[in-house]
Amino acid sequence: MIDIAIDIVSWVLLTLGGACVLIGGVGALRLPNFYTRIHAASLTDTMATILIFVGMMLQAGLSLATLKLAAIMLFLLLTGPTATYALANAALLSGLKPDADTIVGKNRADARG
Amino acid sequence: MIFVFALFLLTLLVITAIAIVRSENLFVSVMLTSIFSLLMAANFFILDAADVALTEAAVGAGITTVIFLSALALTAEREKRRAGGQLVALGAVGILAALIIYATFDKPRLGDPEAPVHQHVAPWYLEKTPEYIDIPNVVTAILSSYRGYDTLGEVFVVFTACIGVLFILGVKPPEQPADRTAESGGLRHHLIPQVVGRLLVPFIVLFGLYTQFHGEYGPGGGFQAGAIIATGVILYALLEGEGEALRAVPRSVLLGLVVGGALLFGGVGIVCMLMGGAFLDYSVLSADPVWGQQLGIIIIEAGVGMAVCGALLSIFHAFAARQSQP
Repeated sequence: MIDIAIDIVSWVLLTLGGACVLIGGVGALRLPNFYTRIHAASLTDTMATILIFVGMMLQAGLSLATLKLAAIMLFLLLTGPTATYALANAALLSGLKPDADTIVGKNRADARG
Repeated sequence: MIFVFALFLLTLLVITAIAIVRSENLFVSVMLTSIFSLLMAANFFILDAADVALTEAAVGAGITTVIFLSALALTAEREKRRAGGQLVALGAVGILAALIIYATFDKPRLGDPEAPVHQHVAPWYLEKTPEYIDIPNVVTAILSSYRGYDTLGEVFVVFTACIGVLFILGVKPPEQPADRTAESGGLRHHLIPQVVGRLLVPFIVLFGLYTQFHGEYGPGGGFQAGAIIATGVILYALLEGEGEALRAVPRSVLLGLVVGGALLFGGVGIVCMLMGGAFLDYSVLSADPVWGQQLGIIIIEAGVGMAVCGALLSIFHAFAARQSQP
């Protein structure tokens, strides 16, 4: 009984995580300019990481694998947003302004992003 | 299921390879090369070659990217267009691809136990390793004991590559003023990457040491450990500036690591000869041949790790020093 409950919860989490990755991917491709795109991509860094890793930890049960998964999750949660920050900061410093106007110049933003 | 995943990864690999060739922006190409290595590492992992996957991820996706970027900083970012020669290149690639595809017809099915490679010495290695060396990771046993000559050769290749790069890049331009390396500040003004990076560096080095000394029991060993530790130090150099990293691990230490690692490996072989065995026959190192083998493997893995770590860092610093010159 409890096994089935854990399975259900973990599959729900994994599916939600997968959906987050998909949404992030679609957003990174479809959104109009650089900053909105990395905003979408950062969804995979944080929400999807948490959901997928908690789902996998539930599958792994109380074992060494869970500890390793927790360590990897912590690592990804630290590095992912940092990388997104560094990317946005580098873009800002190189002169890409986060204006609404850049939506008009979509192609130019595309070439740079 | 794993087959579908492998097919997916291989398709991505082909797409990435085409994108690398098509891209004219070299910066994009370097980033795609890094993605290519990461996909390749995942592929190796699917094929149960965890040791190779670890090496590919650390060297291919990690250090090579940094070294390529350092090289790019010395040259132009865009590919120079060259007229002509395309037909010859197309012909050469076409013939080569046809040959390789023709060769795959003779290839046994993936995982076929009847394949020649599983019939030759592999069964002997799998059967006798618990008896002769008694370590769980047969890959490490093959790499450092049965095929010790090959690994010694690889270490000397790394050593030679390092010396070669240092000779080419170490030449100082004539009007070179005092060292400006201390000025290249890294990411000192970017608080968030610096704080997170500082937090990670010790854990990366710790993981490298774990990989080094856990190589007999799980995936890992000197090559992977050297690359991971070098990654940690390079991250430190990127965060704090190259001068700071050189203060932490000076050039003399790096050269000592390269030379010492290669000498340690060769020295173990000589000691084996002095103790009455063959070159790199570790069984004579101790009264108990099994323990002798294990001792030899630990020492030569340490030598490999030292040489790889020192060589990669020396090459990185050679590029970085070149950059900081005007």
